[in-house]
Amino acid sequence: MGALATGHGEVVFNTSMTGYQEVLTDPSYAGQLVTLTYPLVGNYGINPQDFESAKIRVAGLIVREHCDRPSHGQSDRTLDEYLKAQNIPGICGVDTRAITRRLRQHGVMMGLLTTESPEAAVAQLAEMPRYDDQDLVRTVTTEAQYRWDGEPVTLEALPLTASGNISRPTLVVGSPGENSGETQEPRPRILVTDVGVKYNILRLLQERGCEVIAMPAATSAEDMLAMNPSGILLSPGPGDPQLLDYVVDNVRQVLGRVPVMGICLGHQLVARALGGQTYKLPFGHRGGNHPVQDMSSGRVYITAQNHGFAVDPDTLPAGLEVSHINLNDGTVEGTRHRDMPLFTIQYHSEASPGPRDNEYIFDQFLGMVKEFNH
Amino acid sequence: WKKYWLLAPAPSSSARPPSLTTREPKACKALREEGVSVVLVNSNPATIMTDTDIADHVYIEPLTVEVIERIIAKERPQGILPTLGGQTGLNMAVALSDAGVLDRYNVRLLGTPLETIRKAEDREFFRNFLHDIGEPEPPNRTVNSMEEALAYREEMGLPLVVRPAYTLGGTGGGIANTQGEFEATVASGLASSPISQVLLERSLVGWKEIEYEVIRDGDDNCITVCNMENLDPMGAHTGDSIVVAPSQTLTDKEYQMLRSASLKIIRGLGIEGGCNIQMAEPDSPYYVIEVNPRVSRSSALASKATGYPIARVSAKIAVGKRLHEIPNAVTGKTGAAFEPALDYCVVKIPRWPFDKFPNGDRQITTQMKATGEVMAIDRSFEAALQKAIRSLEIGNRTLLCHGEGPDTRNLMEPNDLRLWALMAALRRNTPPEELMGKTFIDPWFISAMQRIVNMERRLLGETLTPDLLYRAKRLGFSDRQVGTLADMLPEQVRNLRHDWNLRPVYKMVDTCAAEFEAVTPYYYSTYEEENEALPLPGKKAIVIGSGPIRIGQGIEFDYCSVHAAWALSQAGVSSVMINSNPETVSTDFDTSDRLYFEPLDEEAVRDIIDNETVDDVPPPSVVQFGGQTAINLSQGPGPRRSAYPGLQRRCH
Repeated sequence: MGALATGHGEVVFNTSMTGYQEVLTDPSYAGQLVTLTYPLVGNYGINPQDFESAKIRVAGLIVREHCDRPSHGQSDRTLDEYLKAQNIPGICGVDTRAITRRLRQHGVMMGLLTTESPEAAVAQLAEMPRYDDQDLVRTVTTEAQYRWDGEPVTLEALPLTASGNISRPTLVVGSPGENSGETQEPRPRILVTDVGVKYNILRLLQERGCEVIAMPAATSAEDMLAMNPSGILLSPGPGDPQLLDYVVDNVRQVLGRVPVMGICLGHQLVARALGGQTYKLPFGHRGGNHPVQDMSSGRVYITAQNHGFAVDPDTLPAGLEVSHINLNDGTVEGTRHRDMPLFTIQYHSEASPGPRDNEYIFDQFLGMVKEFNH
Repeated sequence: WKKYWLLAPAPSSSARPPSLTTREPKACKALREEGVSVVLVNSNPATIMTDTDIADHVYIEPLTVEVIERIIAKERPQGILPTLGGQTGLNMAVALSDAGVLDRYNVRLLGTPLETIRKAEDREFFRNFLHDIGEPEPPNRTVNSMEEALAYREEMGLPLVVRPAYTLGGTGGGIANTQGEFEATVASGLASSPISQVLLERSLVGWKEIEYEVIRDGDDNCITVCNMENLDPMGAHTGDSIVVAPSQTLTDKEYQMLRSASLKIIRGLGIEGGCNIQMAEPDSPYYVIEVNPRVSRSSALASKATGYPIARVSAKIAVGKRLHEIPNAVTGKTGAAFEPALDYCVVKIPRWPFDKFPNGDRQITTQMKATGEVMAIDRSFEAALQKAIRSLEIGNRTLLCHGEGPDTRNLMEPNDLRLWALMAALRRNTPPEELMGKTFIDPWFISAMQRIVNMERRLLGETLTPDLLYRAKRLGFSDRQVGTLADMLPEQVRNLRHDWNLRPVYKMVDTCAAEFEAVTPYYYSTYEEENEALPLPGKKAIVIGSGPIRIGQGIEFDYCSVHAAWALSQAGVSSVMINSNPETVSTDFDTSDRLYFEPLDEEAVRDIIDNETVDDVPPPSVVQFGGQTAINLSQGPGPRRSAYPGLQRRCH
């Protein structure tokens, strides 16, 4: 299955039973070989609507069985065709449950998808850079800022950065509210710091009446503030937040001055910006069934998750409080600042794939934006 | 102390599934763990539920208002929990309330509000409710007389679905294609409904039918346990449909859209406990078809398919626990507030009684005809399907050729032989598209059947090699089936398999796709690399279960198997249960020390014996409690197996 190419990355597993197309294109999976625990993959093919970014981001896909005759009205190609077209390798027919059990017992590990002999593969693997040492955000962030005006089709034409080459924003954007009708109040302008944004975040903000502008990861705080944003959303993304001081420094300068919401990597960046620490989980949380408890209401929400790092609650600075915890292992799933217009979540309120129970978080963010700007 | 009270259904019949009797023992246990004293009422002696050690007090009495009022007067319970006793329990709760009994003795109704029971069963209420919460339902009208029915037919035309209110298993209902059928079905529907009310509905025959099992607690926390896709499109009663879990042909967007709708419905109804929601989907819009505001036949299947104990959790919720406060018995560590992740495919096939009634009307309609069901688990759909066929204990136990000959006259009309008819058509090179057009079965399933046919051809035409045999086993071909195609005896295929070291491995059903370490001893076989079921240490014995419920072999043999397992455990002997029936207590993962959910045929049982063999000593098997199924197995051509010496008493 997939391209006859070598795939190299951290081997992780995801327990979602649907949503392989969203997983493949989620930038947070950059640098990872993703094992899907559900054995039958590709059943409904690949459709033009369910992309989460402009291309496949996983380094390789590991499945028990892939479907070469998908059945769905919207499907326009098979999973295999899609992988091949983008030169991404895959492997099928393997005991994915055995792989998952190994990852659970020993933690995530580096892996290689190859047609070489096992000995050659081991030697090659030793030479390869390790996941934890790579700044993967540089490989997925947008090169230039852009306004989200709808469908990914228009975006596929947009330039993406070459690895390691982040240019400064050049697009000049007008003042907030220029597109709104005369009788309506001005649309809030939300800047989304793209450290690996998923389209559905942009879609959900746009649906809620926002002017949505995605910014390159390295955009300076001055440049962001100069755009007069109503709020800033720090996106999810791949890799170890310890390697992202160039983003953290800018985040630190906007906190308190603009309402900020952080999702996943964005949540970790906020914690680091305020002096907190992050650490690596043994095998992470990846799936659509993780229970998260809101500490203030006691309510439990089923969430979509995709993260290998977590915020250490013992290192949180004064003012930043744990607002959500994971009921499976007690890790931090969200924080809220006592004084600043700032909250973060470790899970994915944008779902896609996963349960849509948490879209209300975007409404909370926009409520905070409205309150702050009044 | 508090005293709660369970209402149980009357004796099993096709409309009152035995699956419901598997719910109460679990619920009783769950309630008693919470320090609640349980009084149980049922009229069926052949169930674990009416054992004296399951509840604190057991009444074997007819389920009438008069009798139950007398019991209430004597026991003075604080609450009554009707949602685990199927439709009978709900109907009784409504009757008790209407008769003023609940108010008179100040008995609180637990689990589902009375209003909700009425809402979901009374079509008019239900229509208004769906309208209020903005969920779509098929065009329909509730009628109370033949005149009203005829007027609606004039308006809508045929076909129309006739659904009587307040009946179990759709008794008296059906799809009417002709004027004659319409009048007959409406008449029978009005007669079957206790309030003489039927719903006439636009026929969605041919649409995809999807079910969700959802649970809500008193704090409004909701989860879905699983969803299921019916292989048979709309038109067949779900009890008469081949059902697959989880859904196979929905994108994540569709899966989540229907999931969100299900949660909206259970919240709107205010149910505390489990609920089953059925929806139809042609492509993107959908209709809500039916809501069962209680633990149902599908809940039993969902519990076994996922390992998530719906009845246990529902009972705990009924006495005020919140989802995250209930421990997950599967992992022992996490709570009940999560959604199971499956890493296998589950197939359920109904067991119809037409082997006993060959001249019966074999057509499958909205009125349930199956007496029981089998379930099979594997890592591919083809293998789960073929294992389920083996579990049915009919014909020659394969998709090859049904003993009675395939009925291909009308594939459009679903009947118990449709699967064989489809296979026969594929063998005759009928284009899959033509079959899809005739049956409306999703092409994904037809493609899987085509892959089985392709493998049959390879086995017929090629020399058997280790690779070919491995591929056949991965698609669920039994030794017997391979033998038929490759011109060998089943025993020769088995020997060849062993020479080539092709043996099944056993994987655990753990609710979490191996994300957490699980402690459940619940396994299924598959042809993969890693075996998770290492032989149980110490003294042990295998208990052979009784398979699907059918005419002549009811739930009583499951009662016997369960007691055999318990007696073994009490005697310090680990019990290893093998069964294929999801509607039983024997397939609860905490009944025995280890459960293999497998077909009850020679190949499966011998493979399990091999897997449990330590130092060349196979474990003994107990066969005398599993009815004819187990007895027949002990007379197979394989090596003789003696029953465990301590358990020689005959069950009947």
